[in-house]
Amino acid sequence: MGKLLAYLKEYKKECVLAPLFKMLEASFELAVPLVVSAMIDVGIAQKDGGYLLRMGLLMTLLGVVGLASAVTAQYYAAKASVGFGTKLRHQLFAHIQSYSFSELDKVGTATLITRMTSDINQVQSGANLTLRLLLRSPFIVFGAMVMAFTVDRKAALVFAVAIPLLFAVVFGVMAASIPLYRKTQERLDAALVIVRENLAGARVIRAFHKEEEEKGRFGEKLEGLAALQIRVGKISAALNPLTYVIINMATVALLYIGAVRVEIGALAQGEVVALVNYMSQILVELIKLANLIVTVTKAVACGNRVQAVLEIESGMPKETAGAKAPDEGSNTKEPGEGSAAKASGEGNDTEAPGEGSAAEGVPMVQFSKVGLTYPGAGAESLSDVDFAVMEGETVGVIGGTGSGKTSLVHLIPRFYDATRGKVLVKGKDVREYPLEELRGCVGIVMQKAVLFQGTIRENLCWGKPDATDAELWEALEIAQARDVVEAKEGKLDAPVEQGGKNFSGGQRQRLTIARALARKPQILILDDSASALDYATDARLRRAIREMGGRTTVFLVSQRASTVRHADKIVVLDDGKVVGIGKHEELLSSCGTYREIYESQTEG
Amino acid sequence: MARRKEDVVPEESRKKQQMQTIKKVLGRIRRYRAYLALSLFFAAATVASTLYVPALMGKAIDQILAPGRVGFPVIVRILWKIGLIVCGTAAAQWLMGVCNNKVAYEVVRDIRKDAFAKLEDLPLKFIDSHSHGELVSRIIADADQFADGLLMGFSQLFTGLATIAGTLFFMASIHWKIALVVVLVTPLSLFVASYVARHTFSMFLLQSEARGEQTAFIHEMVGNQKVVQAFSKERDMLERFDEINERLKEASLRATFYSSLTNPSTRFINSLAYAGVGLAGAFLAMGGGITVGQLSCFLSYANQYAKPFQEISGVVTELQNALACAKRVFDLIEEEPQEPEPQGAEALEGVAGRVDLERVYFSYAPGKKLIEDLNLSVRPGQRVAIVGPTGCGKTTVINLLMRFYDVDSGSIRVDGRDIRGVTRGSLRRSYGMVLQETWLKAGTVRENIAMGKPDASEEEIMEAAKAAHAHSFIKRLPQGYGTAVGEEGGSLSEGQKQLLCIARAMLCLPPMLILDEATSSIDTRTERKIQDAFAKMMEGRTSFIVAHRLSTIQNADVILVMKDGKVVEQGSHTALLRQGGLYAELYGSQFAP
Repeated sequence: MGKLLAYLKEYKKECVLAPLFKMLEASFELAVPLVVSAMIDVGIAQKDGGYLLRMGLLMTLLGVVGLASAVTAQYYAAKASVGFGTKLRHQLFAHIQSYSFSELDKVGTATLITRMTSDINQVQSGANLTLRLLLRSPFIVFGAMVMAFTVDRKAALVFAVAIPLLFAVVFGVMAASIPLYRKTQERLDAALVIVRENLAGARVIRAFHKEEEEKGRFGEKLEGLAALQIRVGKISAALNPLTYVIINMATVALLYIGAVRVEIGALAQGEVVALVNYMSQILVELIKLANLIVTVTKAVACGNRVQAVLEIESGMPKETAGAKAPDEGSNTKEPGEGSAAKASGEGNDTEAPGEGSAAEGVPMVQFSKVGLTYPGAGAESLSDVDFAVMEGETVGVIGGTGSGKTSLVHLIPRFYDATRGKVLVKGKDVREYPLEELRGCVGIVMQKAVLFQGTIRENLCWGKPDATDAELWEALEIAQARDVVEAKEGKLDAPVEQGGKNFSGGQRQRLTIARALARKPQILILDDSASALDYATDARLRRAIREMGGRTTVFLVSQRASTVRHADKIVVLDDGKVVGIGKHEELLSSCGTYREIYESQTEG
Repeated sequence: MARRKEDVVPEESRKKQQMQTIKKVLGRIRRYRAYLALSLFFAAATVASTLYVPALMGKAIDQILAPGRVGFPVIVRILWKIGLIVCGTAAAQWLMGVCNNKVAYEVVRDIRKDAFAKLEDLPLKFIDSHSHGELVSRIIADADQFADGLLMGFSQLFTGLATIAGTLFFMASIHWKIALVVVLVTPLSLFVASYVARHTFSMFLLQSEARGEQTAFIHEMVGNQKVVQAFSKERDMLERFDEINERLKEASLRATFYSSLTNPSTRFINSLAYAGVGLAGAFLAMGGGITVGQLSCFLSYANQYAKPFQEISGVVTELQNALACAKRVFDLIEEEPQEPEPQGAEALEGVAGRVDLERVYFSYAPGKKLIEDLNLSVRPGQRVAIVGPTGCGKTTVINLLMRFYDVDSGSIRVDGRDIRGVTRGSLRRSYGMVLQETWLKAGTVRENIAMGKPDASEEEIMEAAKAAHAHSFIKRLPQGYGTAVGEEGGSLSEGQKQLLCIARAMLCLPPMLILDEATSSIDTRTERKIQDAFAKMMEGRTSFIVAHRLSTIQNADVILVMKDGKVVEQGSHTALLRQGGLYAELYGSQFAP
């Protein structure tokens, strides 16, 4: 939590002023009983109407000034805490953007989303409440005691006893109930799991006719939950009565001691009233303080979670030292500018991948003794991968689940770094390219077809912000998605709902392929991207890509032998190892794994 | 403008709905009315004695006048009285809390039970067409919110009102003129409370709009961070985020500020009342109209007078919120259940496995035709392969066979008996089912396999696992058959989950099967095992297979070719190839260049 406070820096002034004005307000409040006591002991005793009026006005004035300072304090507190939350959100979002795939895998998106939303909200309201109350409440509690001492030392001793006692009760009840509250939360979560399970598994549960059993199981959980809730309720319901008893017993003591002190002439009647008033001021603030502590504890826990996310550093800085290409020119280029089409005219520049093609004889993509171990994994997910792909070639990558197909292609745009060996694009280690340039020349279509809220055009332009309509239609044509767009009202400007919900799985897949094609990538990677397409469309798509012309290097990842069988080169993976490389016919005779896959999909 | 108009119309119906919800809530509380009555009794006692104590204290103060004029015997008597009353009040207050807790939590428990029971009795159509997250949140979060609101309503609404009334009564009984001063402040407190509440509410609306927009954006972008990075869109996205963030900041600042005005403004009103009472009381006291003790008593009343107003306005918002939550849960509870089983529905037993579909019409949404005039006769032991592109509605057939959905017209018969005339449980138990979306419940491997037969012996379970080729990997799990499987099978691979599901079906092995071949995501070896297991299961059983493998398809007795939810072709492999339709095209394209 501590490091997060740095984001409050900009609001130093507000952070000081808010509690200050809050204390000002509290001081005015503390003055009121004194005024009342003066009214009784001076005004009433001496029958001085003018004095009473003046005191009445003074009280009203205290109220007005108190309100003014409170409003000021609230404003500053709101400004500081909201500003703090805003900065924190920005920082966290920016930080998440810098994560590499390894960090994303490790932390998990669900966690990141909670951190960004509800956790930061909690931190923000915790900060707000702290600025407002953390000083005010103790100030009033102890201020009241100090004021009591100024009125009469002996009588004020009651405060010295009552306040610690109140603290003990308030925190005792909290200490007893908070762990139990946590336990109720756990039981509630357990009930939640059952509900979720019953929704997800509705078919299976009904197929096995388990409805009644599930009802019983849920009912049991609920009984346990309610019993615990009632038990906690009994404890926390004791807070108010206990504090009530203490405060009133203290008042009784005050009255008795006051009576004794008045009898000997050490105290006036009005002062006794003032002491009683101070006692009642304490209670309200103490309860507020207790609530504040609960909120702040929660906020600190949330803050720590946010900080933990901020402390995870990206394992792959955007610009590594080596990325500063010796050629000055390649560094000043905007990412994505060097499309293949444009670059073909300046083929002499081989430094940046976005600039032109590989030099004669240099492979477009080369895997050199590559091994990949995911962080925390016990074994290599890829080992000793070694092959080269020339420009314009189509490579099929095939293998079972978990064989490392996706891992293999993810190394090319450097989503992960090889832990052994190296991956070269146009003869240069991918780690030596500025990340944006490297990714700018790769078009990848991932397994999960993701579209973003907006229009079709906006989605397609992700790959190339300045793409013309003609370019977009061309990409759609190749991706077999022309009819999808044409069927929509507004064509390219048709809206895309969040998550692309208004498109079917197959349509989404074709649109994501078009998105990757729109940037005219030099390297196109299709990672099992045709799984939702029927065989006929899949075949047409592959034909169109093959006929695309140009010198695009294509990686086709699939589990279907039919998808890769016409590739120039097929890489067969099994358990992270390359077990065969070659053309379809060669592999059929030489590679057992390939034959097995092929046969299982064609004949019995 | 248009928006405003919309707001006005539902206002009426919203009120009406709210009344209905309140009635339903009251109906559910009825069971606990004894506790509620007790709670009200304790609340009244608490309020009355809480208000009586300051009056007693005032009397004590009146006995402390000046040196030599202190009435000790009276004071001591009064103080003893106060002490006793305070203890009694505290006890009553605690008991009230206990009663409230009991009523609130047990009512919510009842509601949750009913809601869950409804979940088990809803047609699958409902479950399929509603977001699961949303349904979960109704039963868990909404019910929780409702409990909180109910609790707050019980404990604060009544005591608040009683305190206001009681204060006025006590004050008037001491001196009506000063009471008048306090009464005059009342409209002011009401006005300020509602003013702040209204402003805060509209600001909160703006804030939650901005927050919603931001959350949606975060979901979209952080959820798909990998795509964002693949296209190097990090900077653009940060810019868009900042733009929303800035708007949220503005809205948030206002909402936070306005909402934090509640306390200071109530305190201000309080201090006005306090000053007014102090002044008026002091003048009266000067003339001997009241005693100083009574003045002190008045002041302490004035101090607690505004608090209930603030609390009540808080409680009302909370209650409205709680009612809205309750309504969502009630809506679920009142959903139309699946068609009840007819009187005297018999169990389906000793099934041979003959299945007839006759003139079946079905669609998920009226007006959107799907299955039309489907006729199919399957003899015991025959295999039916269902093929077609993904998303063509192959699962629809499964839904109808297992009666997860009912046909619109026509009939499905098993062994000649209409499936609507037999109990659902017995029909479903006659099928063994392995679906592609593998679902396991949180529990051990053993529990999952034994799901259909909880009393199965260890040997039987192991036998089933062996037959499903699952035994070898289960043995290698940390605790073997006792290994806990996370929710939805979290810790297992897709293939292993599939094998467990097969083992689960193996254990019961009913006379009919519904199998769903995995399209992808399973490695070749596991795939082979699954194929093997499937083949073993299908021996002599009527089977329906959603098929992707040519081998499975070729060996089927009947092939149903589906497209866009409709059965377009039906026949054997050779017959269909000869027909030269969609099947022939699909078959051809898989091996064409």
